Amino acid sequence: MMIYIDLFLGFLKVGLFSFGGAYAAIPLIRDVVLHYGWINDEQLACMIAVSESTPGPIMVNMATYVGSMTAGIPGAMIATFSVVLPAFVIIILIMIMLKGLLKNPYAQAVLRGLKPCIMGIILAMGISMIMQNTIIKGTLFSPDIKSVIVCLVLAVIYFGSRKMSKSGVSPIILICIAAVMGVFVY
Amino acid sequence: MVIELFCTFARIGLFTFGGGYAMISLIQDICVEKKKWISHDEMMDITIIAESTPGPIAINCATYVGYKKRGMVGAVASTIGMVLPSFIIIYLISLFLDSFLEIAWIASAFKGIKIAVGLLILDAALKMIGKMKKKPFQIAVLIIVFLIMMAVNLFSIKISSIALMVAAGLCSLIAFCVRNNMIGEGRK
Repeated sequence: MMIYIDLFLGFLKVGLFSFGGAYAAIPLIRDVVLHYGWINDEQLACMIAVSESTPGPIMVNMATYVGSMTAGIPGAMIATFSVVLPAFVIIILIMIMLKGLLKNPYAQAVLRGLKPCIMGIILAMGISMIMQNTIIKGTLFSPDIKSVIVCLVLAVIYFGSRKMSKSGVSPIILICIAAVMGVFVY
Repeated sequence: MVIELFCTFARIGLFTFGGGYAMISLIQDICVEKKKWISHDEMMDITIIAESTPGPIAINCATYVGYKKRGMVGAVASTIGMVLPSFIIIYLISLFLDSFLEIAWIASAFKGIKIAVGLLILDAALKMIGKMKKKPFQIAVLIIVFLIMMAVNLFSIKISSIALMVAAGLCSLIAFCVRNNMIGEGRK
């Protein structure tokens, strides 16, 4: 029974604080799942890749996944329900009575502080994730040449392709390329 | 009408890869251009509201359109439609992914994928920062939070990102009130 309550409260928090969509939710989900010890960093990275390569909102995918891994189908339902609930309620409230809320100068002031904070959190998450998979093991500096090369090649493909064509390589294609490289390199 | 809302959003949920922003263009295509449920201006409004409220952007859009067309029932139908396809797909995947990962070559594929995921997150952050209004306060918050979170992630210090967000929101609110007061007193 406790696990259901933890899932509900954990993902309610994620749904309530993930301003700016899926990538803002990833650090929050990481906080929650590591806090309860539901899944580790390794599994989290797989989960992000799976959520990114399957259809649907990434946040919903991750909630369903964590819920299902920890407490089967009831867990999946509870986690998904609670990650969606805040968004649902807030939009209804805005439409019913708070049409002007977001234009309110105080709300605007809060958002002005929140947005750069979220960007800082996401940026740190991306960079530390790359570092942990290339040059750092645990808290020690130990570069892995193979991973550094894979990382450089992927970065050149991903950011370089955008210079050549407008849309560039899509995230799913990048994940596929990385999978193929992983099979051959490791 | 309710069933139509449900089916439309289920289709959007089933055929969009890559989350929120990819979905907004499809929602616009279907709800504005084809079905004419909402106007272009409303779509702009929804996008802005979705970005400044928490939660999945696609859910915000589905709830908005559903409520607009058929009130509470419509909102529930659209939201469930949006969620259901990914719920079923992910549930099925989660059943066998763990045993899947024990296969050696798949595990090494995921070693490569993890690096790609890091790059995708980095890219999402850079895109947001590119669009941000760069005022001194915003840049300061960005840099301070970045440094704190790097320390948190690399040395496993325990500071929750929610605490940081609450602090940043409060600082900004207090700064706004103080400045407002000063302008008010200046006028007197």
